[in-house]
Amino acid sequence: MSALHELTLSEAATLLRQRQISSVELTRAFLERIDALDERIRAFTLVTADLALQQAREADQRLQRGEQVTPLTGIPLAIKDVICTKDIPTTCSSRMLEHFRPPFNATVMERLQAAGAVMLGKTNMDEFAMGSSTEHSAFFPTHNPWDLDRAPGGSSGGSAAAVAAGMAPGALGSDTGGSIRQPAALCNVVGLKPTYGRVSRFGLVAFASSLDQIGPFARTARDAALLLQAIAGPDPRDSTCSPTPVPDYTAELTGEIRGLRIGVPVEYWEAPGMEPGVARVGQEAIQRLRELGAEIREVSLPHTRYGVAAYYIIAPAEASANLARYDGVKYGYSYRDTSDMWEALDKTRQYGFGPEVKRRIMLGTYVLSAGYYDAYYKQAQKVRALIAQDFEHAFEQCDVLVSPASPTVAFKLGEKLSDPYQMYLNDVFTIPANLAGVCGISIPSGFSEGLPVGLQILGNAFAEATILRVADAFQRVTDYHTRRPSL
Amino acid sequence: MIDRETVLHIAQLARLGLSDEEVELFRQQLSSILEHMAILREADVSGVSPLAHASRLTNVMREDEPGPSYPPEMLLANAPDQEEQCLKVNAVLEES
Repeated sequence: MSALHELTLSEAATLLRQRQISSVELTRAFLERIDALDERIRAFTLVTADLALQQAREADQRLQRGEQVTPLTGIPLAIKDVICTKDIPTTCSSRMLEHFRPPFNATVMERLQAAGAVMLGKTNMDEFAMGSSTEHSAFFPTHNPWDLDRAPGGSSGGSAAAVAAGMAPGALGSDTGGSIRQPAALCNVVGLKPTYGRVSRFGLVAFASSLDQIGPFARTARDAALLLQAIAGPDPRDSTCSPTPVPDYTAELTGEIRGLRIGVPVEYWEAPGMEPGVARVGQEAIQRLRELGAEIREVSLPHTRYGVAAYYIIAPAEASANLARYDGVKYGYSYRDTSDMWEALDKTRQYGFGPEVKRRIMLGTYVLSAGYYDAYYKQAQKVRALIAQDFEHAFEQCDVLVSPASPTVAFKLGEKLSDPYQMYLNDVFTIPANLAGVCGISIPSGFSEGLPVGLQILGNAFAEATILRVADAFQRVTDYHTRRPSL
Repeated sequence: MIDRETVLHIAQLARLGLSDEEVELFRQQLSSILEHMAILREADVSGVSPLAHASRLTNVMREDEPGPSYPPEMLLANAPDQEEQCLKVNAVLEES
């Protein structure tokens, strides 16, 4: 048996059910791994070791009794710190929420708990999930396990790095414009953004409500399917959560994709800033899928070039409204050194928010303000409609679409910090799926300059089973997902 | 190009205190970002309705059943200041 921290989630689940290992042993192995490595990687904002071992003991009792056992029973997981955990600090990597302890669990946490999963801790992120590098955390940047001088991507960089470094077999993140898929690509793990409405957003700290979705990180498509299975489905506490029944995702992982129509969006390959090494790996991956019997055809998503601009109007606009709640009165950081109400409010927000959050609040407030609303916000929403139509047309011709998940491999820490728009462009391939609300996954697909390249597979709304099937079929004939960084 | 006054006006609308350095930084950065956004004007949106939400749902309703609320002390536990189960704030209106 390989070292416990090297097990995939599915392998660990099998061994737990066969009682060859205990959840306490498994959990200890990951906690030791965190102890040994996280000083260098800094994926976690908080490690909840005592709680994890307590949950592991409870899982072991469940497994012993054979009651209420699910594939996640006894499995340790890392949770992005934007997801509310009852009585456990939930900071969004912001000074504003540094001491916030939610009085409730997010729906996804309730479901993981009901499934018997174990929480290892909370992971670092760009402040309020705004960023593509995890350098906008108010606390510290996370380092990419493949090269500690590079960013892990973002905003779910902590969760991606934790799984990549073997500090957790799976994790949850959130994806507003690519914040699961892009870090998954840059860290060589699987990251899935579900269809908008597939997973409840109750207890997810809001960034841009019409775009945000919670989703899993794992090493394999099968493991991502198990995690999605546990968290997906209707929730009376989120009226945007879909009543569509959840299928059995692992049952669809047949390895068979013969005859499946795979679209290659031409615009995604002509994007400025696409590195040649990334394009080469992407083409090789498409060749693999062709060899597996898929039918490859070119498709056009003609409004792709407007995606980033539309997104960086719509997301900040929604963020400026959502972040109005941080007023220093109800919870969070509060500037107390004045008796003037307006000054207290201004200074609470001045000191509580970091630069990227302020930039987006300013941008969002500007595009929503009188005189600019039609020119920017309304125009962006119309372009959003065109981008959604692009996908509708494409999915009439194809079952899935494939492209690289990110135009570049992991960039150096600090490299893009001074030019916000350059950072924004890194999400060019992931953003359109959020604007249209469709689902997408990034899987390890090869290496360029020794750094991982992710393949993005996009599916129509509620076609998670199809993208997981393609991802799983690819992983059956490749070994990129089994490669680990040397740490 | 955005000027200093516009930055200050937006900061006031957003209730965001800014240092002098931030005012200048945001003046430059917001100008540059909005220049990139100008590309949106090239899109032909004639006859297109704005899409605010990609969800295909109209509305999902739940039964209106009363249930227990969180106890006040639990909700107030995160408040910076409180008194007699109320949030305590600075005076909004003062006697002149």
